[in-house]
Amino acid sequence: MQNLKVGDKFFLTGTIYTARDQAHRRLFEDIKKGKKLPIDLKGTIIYYCGPTPAPKAKIIGSCGPTTSSRMDEFTPLLLKAGLKGMIGKGRRSKEAIRAIKKYKAVYFLTYAGCGALLAKYVRKAQPVAYQDLGPEAIYKLEVKDFPVIVGIDTKGRSIYE
Amino acid sequence: MRKISAARISRAVSDLCIQANMVLRNDVLNALKNALKKEKNKCARDILEKIIENAAVARKESLAICQDTGLPTVFVELAEDVKIIGSLKQAINKGIEAGYKKGFLRSSIVKDPLGRGKAGYQPAIIHIDLVKGNKLSLTVLPKGFGCENKTQLRMFKPTARIEEIKKFIIEAVKDAGADACPPYVVGVGIGGAADYAVFLAKKALLRKVAQSPSRPVAREIYKLEQELLKKINNLNIGPMGLGGKTTALAVNIETYATHIAGLPVAVNISCHALRSASCKI
Repeated sequence: MQNLKVGDKFFLTGTIYTARDQAHRRLFEDIKKGKKLPIDLKGTIIYYCGPTPAPKAKIIGSCGPTTSSRMDEFTPLLLKAGLKGMIGKGRRSKEAIRAIKKYKAVYFLTYAGCGALLAKYVRKAQPVAYQDLGPEAIYKLEVKDFPVIVGIDTKGRSIYE
Repeated sequence: MRKISAARISRAVSDLCIQANMVLRNDVLNALKNALKKEKNKCARDILEKIIENAAVARKESLAICQDTGLPTVFVELAEDVKIIGSLKQAINKGIEAGYKKGFLRSSIVKDPLGRGKAGYQPAIIHIDLVKGNKLSLTVLPKGFGCENKTQLRMFKPTARIEEIKKFIIEAVKDAGADACPPYVVGVGIGGAADYAVFLAKKALLRKVAQSPSRPVAREIYKLEQELLKKINNLNIGPMGLGGKTTALAVNIETYATHIAGLPVAVNISCHALRSASCKI
């Protein structure tokens, strides 16, 4: 992570977890109450994504990134709890950038509005928490060569500035 | 009176939901291809290529172009000589639910905006216009909310100068910046009342994005659209906000009569995945 520089393009292989608005709210509230979280955030990468349901014989539906800034208010606490990376689209707040720098995390961008294309890089998808939230549930994804761009690096440098 | 059954309307709406979400509008696809021809920024070119590739994958594999399959908005033109057998509203919502389920599209609608709760497929937003003739026209616009969240309305003074209005529209695009999936199509509504200006801004997105002077818009409005598009494309926002001269594919303006005391202007931005489909029964 430390070696990644803002603007670097590369391909991600491994495990990531989807989480968007309502899942963030729940994780945030559980951390505040000191409750055990349904996923271990330590060293984890969260993908801001709510996929379409998987059609028959497919692993996942369309699965592009959603607007990251809606998650900004929850991000500092999640980073404090061990979150190491986020994938989304668009700008982040000053507070979120400060926290990314403080906890030496990375914010990645991926191709926005290209959910059908990005589905090709998902090898496994399994809901692991908050299934009552439907598309906003947390999914564990195994990705291979998932394309990302470093949007904010561990030094807090942003691609938009 | 020509009779049209509710079941027929449901079937048509269901098909339109699938078509709109999986097959990118030809005018939008062509505008993206033209933008790629003109774009020199390497990163912008790469993103435009991926957007075009995404549309091809979605169509080929029957996948949604974007996972945000939107808040379905349905524009109905109901002719005075048409009699609907059954409930039009129920028929549309039934068609939405059927189409979204059949196409594996996302359930993104919460019935209670404050309580939220589990997301479902409907109700849709339905706009009905009464027209002459004996046909029923339906258009489904499944607009994503990343760009919907960037909507702006300003109630200008009736004495406002055109420069102030241009600045407001350009600032609205700057505010959306990188967040709402540029390159955008910028819908603008001028006139009416507050609600109607916002409606017009959204309706403007239904008009073809391919620029041509023969379109049914007044010459002055056409000139204004061209000038705004040029200025917006000089903002260097670019695809995904990473620079380049492709910030918007088009600026579409709709106007309507207004009150002597006011001049409402609304901006409703669409992401590059501007999706809609229409049919006539």
